[in-house]
Amino acid sequence: MGGEDFMPIFFEKKQLVTPGEMLAEGEYLPGENTYMEQNKIYASRIGLVDTDNKKVNVVALRAFYVPKVGDIVIGTVVEVGFNGWTVDIKAPYSALLRASDVLSRPFKPQNDELSAVLNTGDLIVAKIASYDRAHDPQLTVGEPGLGKITRGQILHVTPTKIPRVIGRKGSMISMIKQETGCQIILGLNGVILVTGKAPEDEELAIEAIRKIEQESHTSGLTDRVTQLLKERKGKIEEKVEEKQE
Amino acid sequence: MNEKPEKLIDKKGIRSDGRKADELRPLKIQVSVLSNADGSAYIEHGKNRILAAAFGPREMHPKHLAMPDRMVLRCRYHMAPFSVQERKSPAPSRREVELSKVIKEALEPALFTELYPRTGVDVFVEVLQADGGTRCASITAAALAIADAGVPMRDLVVACAAGKVDDTVVLDLYDTEDKLGAADVPVAYMPNLNAITLLQMDGILTAEEFEKAVNMAMDGCKKIYEIQKEALKTKYMVVKEASEE
Repeated sequence: MGGEDFMPIFFEKKQLVTPGEMLAEGEYLPGENTYMEQNKIYASRIGLVDTDNKKVNVVALRAFYVPKVGDIVIGTVVEVGFNGWTVDIKAPYSALLRASDVLSRPFKPQNDELSAVLNTGDLIVAKIASYDRAHDPQLTVGEPGLGKITRGQILHVTPTKIPRVIGRKGSMISMIKQETGCQIILGLNGVILVTGKAPEDEELAIEAIRKIEQESHTSGLTDRVTQLLKERKGKIEEKVEEKQE
Repeated sequence: MNEKPEKLIDKKGIRSDGRKADELRPLKIQVSVLSNADGSAYIEHGKNRILAAAFGPREMHPKHLAMPDRMVLRCRYHMAPFSVQERKSPAPSRREVELSKVIKEALEPALFTELYPRTGVDVFVEVLQADGGTRCASITAAALAIADAGVPMRDLVVACAAGKVDDTVVLDLYDTEDKLGAADVPVAYMPNLNAITLLQMDGILTAEEFEKAVNMAMDGCKKIYEIQKEALKTKYMVVKEASEE
């Protein structure tokens, strides 16, 4: 801060701020969860401030998911309609999944019973195909890895914490996958699917993700999570050995 | 309890509840007190006890109330039957409908309603115990509940009243003063943007007295804002510290 031109910043790094707190004045740009008025930048959510060059960002501690085209999300089918399904994706808008997209052949309402394909309560992994201010998000499952979820466990985290679970260039998530042997699908809407060979593995992965969620704004987290996983894995192996004896 | 004191202000300028003219009642605010709401807050302002809960942004029901270009804020101010000495009918009264509207209009300028078209945010304010100035305490709590729900805000909204009692302009009237005093001026205020979002007057004041009352109420708002901000930070500080160990 000191020595720079007259461009005051009114916060320390990683300081907790509340909506309306003035963060900077002058040649700065409003980043995430901030807004600009009369050349001043204010926070618009509770969170931790940081600067990225000239950009002032607030990492929100409380937020909700806003759909974005191309995002992978996990949702629950809430309604079977005439030519598609309504899916709850934990966003301000419910999403639509069209029957023709799922069936991958021309869809005729008289031949196909939609509830036989997906029924209310079913969970799906899907990609957001289109979304804008005037239209509700539309989903697609026409890509490998997408579609109905048949096994595994679901857990919910605050959507803003998903990037932390992924880690830098995916380091965190690939480490958890490797250590637990589980398949993990991260829905950007804050829903996570964990599928493992044994329920113990799944529980372990869930515990690790919960730890990340709680300690998301601390450094050296990857190491601590690795340690936790190694410790727990040792215990599980001991138990298995005891049983065999 | 409701006996009429002979004088509302004694010779030394002390009010019937022992406060000075420009003194606030004791305040206690807590955030995130309800687990089923997206955001919530509880305020004890003197003998007032008020709960506020916020939901959303979510799809509007009934659908015809949704606006194609912006988010809709709905408020319900309600007094519990046991909140006053004489049982209050739980059915919404004329006064409650009016206060619901007034609270909604005091909070709306703080929201970026244009960001999430076709959605709605619901705020429920439940007065558990009333002792004068509930609309102000309700606004203070409701703003926190909305911030806690993660809805982006321009600023927090604080409210406080000033009025005239026995020819003196005083801050933060309680029930007896409100009923026996000459005037009451509730003010809701966005402290960082220095903008008033609610200004009412009940009673008769001269122009000078009115100006004095507004300024006094704004100063009161600033004091309450510090407590309000602290309450919000405390909640998330706990999270932050727990993770840092």
